[in-house]
Amino acid sequence: MSEAGVIKKFLYLNRKAPYGTIYALESLEVVLISAAFEQDVSLAFVDDGVFQLKKDQKTDAIGMKNFSPIYNALGDYDITKLYVEKESLEARGLTLDDLMDVTYEDEDDDWAEKPAIQLVSKTEMADIMESQDVVLSF
Amino acid sequence: MATINVAGKDVEVDEEGYLTNLADWNEEIGAFLASQDELELTDAHWEIINFLREYYDEYQIAPAVRVLTKAIGKKMGKDKGNSKYLYELFPYGPGKQACRFAGLPKPTGCI
Repeated sequence: MSEAGVIKKFLYLNRKAPYGTIYALESLEVVLISAAFEQDVSLAFVDDGVFQLKKDQKTDAIGMKNFSPIYNALGDYDITKLYVEKESLEARGLTLDDLMDVTYEDEDDDWAEKPAIQLVSKTEMADIMESQDVVLSF
Repeated sequence: MATINVAGKDVEVDEEGYLTNLADWNEEIGAFLASQDELELTDAHWEIINFLREYYDEYQIAPAVRVLTKAIGKKMGKDKGNSKYLYELFPYGPGKQACRFAGLPKPTGCI
């Protein structure tokens, strides 16, 4: 890296349903690759993007790999902030209980298991986006 | 598509030597892939390979080296969860090389 030690805030904004297009999976791949550069990475889920975190995904009938378990590995990559927009969830008849229990282990707190998903309002989401150095939309 | 022949059976591999189908894997194939790199697998190697397979089974992803090192350290202790130990076992990189022996894809984020 040319600017060693510079840590920027990256937000990956996910707007699309997990299957049917390649966006969700591509976003995850980029997130995992970018984790190697030790930046401050968080993920946002708005619009149909909230379906990416849906519990009990079954993909046998569409011949796609169910990649949703990968979200649970994000903590190992020090990615511990998954922001979900409350309004998007509600508009789709979903609540936090319909989403996976994505957790991470806090190394600084004796590996205590903590939830990675944070429910935020539209206004809070706007603030989160505002505070980033880079926002990448998928 | 390239193939390797192990015990009379043809198995598909990609251009970098990773198995095309995860389900084709068995220990014999693991040992064969290691022999291509002139490595003989010991219990210490298998311990890491089996860990990788379990990790993939749970998360559907082959972990990057940094993640693997940390996870091994947590499960098996600091004397194994460090780069020196893992690179001694897998000189071409514990992520890339061990995943290939384990029949997994190349780790995502492995550059």
